[in-house]
Amino acid sequence: MKLAVHLGLLAVLLALHWVLPDYHHGNLARIMVLATYAIGYNILFGYTGLLSLGHAMFFAAGMYGMALSIRHFGVDPATAMLAGIAAGAVVSLVVGVLALRTQGVAFMIVTLMFAQAAYLTILYFGTYTRGDEGFVIQATDRVMFGFDLTNPDTRYLAAFAVFSVAFLLSLRLVSSPFGKSLVAIRENEERTQMLGYNTTRRKLAAVVISGTLSAFAGAAYGLLFGYAGASFAGVQYSIFPLLWVLLGGAGTVIGPFIGTLFMFYLIDTADDVTDAYLLIVGVVLVLLTLFARQGIAGELRRRVWKALP
Amino acid sequence: MTPLLSNKGLTKHFSGLVAVEDVDLTVQRNEVRALIGPNGAGKTTLVGMISGRIEPTRGTVRFDGKDITRLSAHRRMQMGMAYTFQITSIFPGLSVEENVALAVRVRLSDPEEVDRATKRALKRVGLEARMDQEAGDLSYGHQRLLEIAMGLAQAPKLLILDEPTQGLSEGEIEGFVALVGHLAHEASILLIEHNMRVVMEVAHRITVLNFGAVLAEGTPEEIRGNDAVQAAYLGTEHA
Amino acid sequence: MEFGPHLFLAILEGAVTAAVLSLTAVGLSLVFGVMRVVNVAHGEFYMLGAVLAWFIATQIGGHPAIGFVAALILAPLLVGALAAAADMTILKRIEYDPERTIVATIGLLYILQQVALMTYGPDARPVEPPFNDRIALPWFEFTDAGLEFYYPWGLSTTSYKLAVIAAAAVLLIAVWLLMTRTRIGLVMRATQQDRDMATAFGIPVERVYALVFGLGAALAALGAVLIVPIQQAHYLMGGDPLLLSFIVVIIGGLGSLPGTVIAALIIGLSDGIISVFFSPTLAKILATLLVALVLVFRPQGLFGTRAA
Repeated sequence: MKLAVHLGLLAVLLALHWVLPDYHHGNLARIMVLATYAIGYNILFGYTGLLSLGHAMFFAAGMYGMALSIRHFGVDPATAMLAGIAAGAVVSLVVGVLALRTQGVAFMIVTLMFAQAAYLTILYFGTYTRGDEGFVIQATDRVMFGFDLTNPDTRYLAAFAVFSVAFLLSLRLVSSPFGKSLVAIRENEERTQMLGYNTTRRKLAAVVISGTLSAFAGAAYGLLFGYAGASFAGVQYSIFPLLWVLLGGAGTVIGPFIGTLFMFYLIDTADDVTDAYLLIVGVVLVLLTLFARQGIAGELRRRVWKALP
Repeated sequence: MTPLLSNKGLTKHFSGLVAVEDVDLTVQRNEVRALIGPNGAGKTTLVGMISGRIEPTRGTVRFDGKDITRLSAHRRMQMGMAYTFQITSIFPGLSVEENVALAVRVRLSDPEEVDRATKRALKRVGLEARMDQEAGDLSYGHQRLLEIAMGLAQAPKLLILDEPTQGLSEGEIEGFVALVGHLAHEASILLIEHNMRVVMEVAHRITVLNFGAVLAEGTPEEIRGNDAVQAAYLGTEHA
Repeated sequence: MEFGPHLFLAILEGAVTAAVLSLTAVGLSLVFGVMRVVNVAHGEFYMLGAVLAWFIATQIGGHPAIGFVAALILAPLLVGALAAAADMTILKRIEYDPERTIVATIGLLYILQQVALMTYGPDARPVEPPFNDRIALPWFEFTDAGLEFYYPWGLSTTSYKLAVIAAAAVLLIAVWLLMTRTRIGLVMRATQQDRDMATAFGIPVERVYALVFGLGAALAALGAVLIVPIQQAHYLMGGDPLLLSFIVVIIGGLGSLPGTVIAALIIGLSDGIISVFFSPTLAKILATLLVALVLVFRPQGLFGTRAA
């Protein structure tokens, strides 16, 4: 039943490929990659209960790990993707070891500061990264295993593949004993430790899995849409996954996608009306903390279907 | 046979204040040992050092033939200790079943075995009918029982219970006394307890702590007849 | 310019930064100290102070000093009132839960910033200083004739910049007196020590919180009004002071006022000096890494002794 619902979502997303008009088809491709980022964030925030304000550094590690190895070392896209994922794993391991010595508010600020340092480092080495302006990944570099990722159809299916991998992985993870121990840490860390779990190591594993998935999303985003820029490493891109996950429902497998989808279209609509479209982000954040802590899927779980994973 | 647990010279100072001073404590296999003493005598600090929650200022802890003084708490639990908190500490947002299953999964991985061991532990404390409830919705007494079930589910060699009967009803206390009697066949139990009726009924031996040091140790009869204990503790407690 | 005068100039510029920064950071520190919450929207209260100063000064007209003085009084009051209102409508309702407060103040950050964009617009605008005389500064050198003073070309400051430093010092002393010598300060410190005990003694904790949150924001706005004749008002100007205030508050020891002021001086001066001689970006990278590592390895701050 659980599996059927989640596979159902994937089936619908695949079917939409042949149904959607161009504009929404393009949007949904973006949303699926961004939702992958949200899924990564959710593993740490939603399931382990650790609120990071610096995930943009993992997203950017993936994006730049991928894009810089194409730009400066001329590797093929598949190798570049792997480089991006590896960069995310290394960065999240180092940040995790340091940041996990703190907890609560200090953890939030430490991750924020590391991410800020990472962002500024990208600007500082502007010669190689082209800073805020960023750089385009040439169309010729975006052919992977013979698939031309500049083609919208291929791109949609690639985004679908990226999302499916992350989605099924997180579904598998949270129903595993390891995933359940992460939930236990979220609920009561001291108790978890006194049951015999090495909570420090499990939290570190959660940071690395979450950071690596975020890097996977960042690398895919850069490759699929052909651009890398410092704005993806900025504070805003650390706030976005928090917002998506809060809106969709933290600690649910489906929540990150729902939140990303809603927020994307909310901002897209507001953008037509005013330059100050980020106002929507602020209002939604405040309303969520005030009235709907569980998010959309969380409220569903509370009111309708208790077993939603 | 070596004793299951033996501490030598365990001492804890908190910023100059002495909480526990030079305590030697030896618990044999399948022994039920009660730890009693007035509030502030250092009982919780002592079991904290045994379980690894508190780092001793000096002294050693040996468990199951090994020196574990430097081991972290979670390693000690994996070696066969279980600890129930004085202030109820459960996973309030998770189901009763999942609370116990988390304790089981530390030692078992096969889902069916986990399921069986979980139900067995819940049955022993009489909570099997409530296993689908959210743990936070249980009554206070039931939450205490759930903690004990989590301790049982770890299949420990040494079960440390910090004031387990606090807040239990008369009937639940009867059940608890019977449970400890059965458990002594499979494990050693170190029990901090204020209810003297329970202590006298279940303990094989009793250690009395006062001002962080051992005041007396012996069988329930010996302790009952000890004048120093009477003066320091029993007299005031029974008044 | 030679190295000596150049360094002197950098220190002067750094002292202005440090003066404004210590006001802003003390505001953030006060809120954290008493209420135990982190206000991520603090930089936006600063921005709002600057933008309101521009509105007020433009509305009043006449001699620049009149508009400036009006802004100096009105802008912090308005910003403080707004912050107190935000405290009562949002933070109180989420019971000052530390993590939810951060999320809510992030939301507040975007709301304030974007409303400023919609009303004030995307341009940077200056406020005229009340006075602005250029003061040439002397430098010395040892010649065969002994110690000689001269005025190197380019070594100068303005009377207004010196006034900013003096004003910040006066305001900081006022805050310190308020906290240590007045009844309201006593009430704030009692609330900081033990919230429940304060409630038991009949202190209206909720009103104290609203007051502290308003006061913290007003201090940020004050700093901004002082700086806006030197730097222009812009709707995105809140980011840097927020980051620097964080750095200062953490290095100074969370919630410690003297530590905060010392750290503001060090960070302000070194930011000024490093920015003159090296890249400002590098200065910020080093400062943010320092903060992260201080929190990881020495959470009580470099100057604090008690655990945060």
